[in-house]
Amino acid sequence: MARYLARRLGQAVLVVFGVVALTFVIMRLLPGDPAIAYAGPKASAADLAAARARFGLDAPIPVQLWNYVRDLAAGDLGTSLHTRQPVADDLTLAFPASLELVGAALIFAVAVGLPLGVLAARYKTRFPDFTVRLSSMLAVSVPVFWLALAVRTLFSSVLGWFPVAGEYDAALDSTSPLHVYTNITAVDALFTGNWPMLGSTLHHLVLPALVVAAYPAGVIAQLTRAALIEESAQDHARMARALGFGETAVLTRFSLRPVLNPVLSLIALVFAYSIVNGFLVEAVFNWPGLGRYAADSIRTLDTPAIAGVTLLVALLYVLANLIVDLLQGVVDPRARTR
Amino acid sequence: MIEIRDLEVRIGDRVIAAVPHLDVGPGQCVAIVGESGSGKTTTLLAILGLLDEAATVTGSIEAFGVRSPSTLRGSKIALVMQSPQGALTPTMRLGTLLRRALALHGVRGRAAADRTRQALRDVLLEDEILRRYPHQVSGGQAQRFALALALALGAEVILADEPTSALDVTVQAEVVAVLRRLHEERGLAVLLVSHDLALVSSIADHVVVMKDGQVVESGPAAEMFAHPAAGYTRELIAATPELPDA
Repeated sequence: MARYLARRLGQAVLVVFGVVALTFVIMRLLPGDPAIAYAGPKASAADLAAARARFGLDAPIPVQLWNYVRDLAAGDLGTSLHTRQPVADDLTLAFPASLELVGAALIFAVAVGLPLGVLAARYKTRFPDFTVRLSSMLAVSVPVFWLALAVRTLFSSVLGWFPVAGEYDAALDSTSPLHVYTNITAVDALFTGNWPMLGSTLHHLVLPALVVAAYPAGVIAQLTRAALIEESAQDHARMARALGFGETAVLTRFSLRPVLNPVLSLIALVFAYSIVNGFLVEAVFNWPGLGRYAADSIRTLDTPAIAGVTLLVALLYVLANLIVDLLQGVVDPRARTR
Repeated sequence: MIEIRDLEVRIGDRVIAAVPHLDVGPGQCVAIVGESGSGKTTTLLAILGLLDEAATVTGSIEAFGVRSPSTLRGSKIALVMQSPQGALTPTMRLGTLLRRALALHGVRGRAAADRTRQALRDVLLEDEILRRYPHQVSGGQAQRFALALALALGAEVILADEPTSALDVTVQAEVVAVLRRLHEERGLAVLLVSHDLALVSSIADHVVVMKDGQVVESGPAAEMFAHPAAGYTRELIAATPELPDA
């Protein structure tokens, strides 16, 4: 296991270096001049030269790359042209909110998708299977912005069960102010015992998390069903039946664990994808997350912010895949030898 | 112990196995031989009710007086499959598999430990193998572990589906030696499916020859190998160099 861990960590470090270099190239390929975006379209030549000098854009490319890597190592992602704040500070605020939303959504997606996949495989071609396949197909194919609007209209505007927008009730900032440690509101509220804030955050989280969870839940259910049906036709599952185990036990105790690896890989991909692609959900529910920040950065051609988001998301992919690799080594001992 | 009468297994309109009469008595070793696709494994799996859902089974299969022998899976009737490691759950230590199987049949605690130790000793395996995963053992060890599972569960009949065909020659000899010893010394009944006539002639009391899903000949092993009645049986014997031509 130690060698497996070291190999995976080594690969991750190499990928991170590649990602940093690629992010630098992407910054140079983006259309528009960051100096103009910063100094304004009516800036004088002297102002533009000053802006270029400020961002190091007047140095040769290798020097710029070296400066970029050096600043990154010091945690400096540059200054946002749009918010005029350090990008690292902006991300520190936006990313935890997305992490909270996507984390909750994935917990829900796994908690629902996995059992539904098992249920469908257990009753293959029968009514439960048909129902699961139909509902998971709907969850995967419904456009997320439509689902977000429909859910918000029904459960917030019509029924009034959940708040319309925001991360928590703004009035709590004065009545129950939150001590911030992680910037993940639910976690900070939980660990500081701020129950009104925790309740409000969870209440606000339900609808956007359900909407973000719809796609991964549907995919997890379909993948689990298909993989379980295939696995339960293998010789080892037949052997389990020959030992006297019933069909449910064959699926859950013998076949489920070997099929968890593709499900884990899927979760890693969906996680990183949802972090930045949840911006439509964040927009509908006014959730202060990374998706909204990324969308604003692209709209304003905010090069440092775009590069910062790109780097963060790429690192998330690397980190999520590393965690999944390690989990796969725990779940399936054969993975450690690969 | 096992009585098959007028068994017919169909997939759609096609008959893939038809066995009019087959008995396996206590301590007896009956072999079903024939080429690939002759219906040997289908017959074996039909006894345990392990055929695919697409298969239709008619006729009568009775084991230990029970008309639905699938209820005797593990407890009275055990299966040894062709692919040694493939028959064991890849993500489960062998000890966990054995413990779960014993618990399923109500054997726990000290009784389970005693049975496990004795069964491993009977198939010449060390206790240490219980900590390993299937990919960490050899084909011969995996096959002997499958026999240990059967012994620990107290099975009285072993259905062995080509138990040596996926093994190399030296390992085959190990597994055959263990199987023969369990049959001869412990009185375990064996229903052996094989196309290895040398193995069959050395261990079987009775032989059933199948071709294209039909039984072409059936009788005591010594008599059949000495005086095969069917032309197909003669061809099979002639194709086996270790056996004298009939």
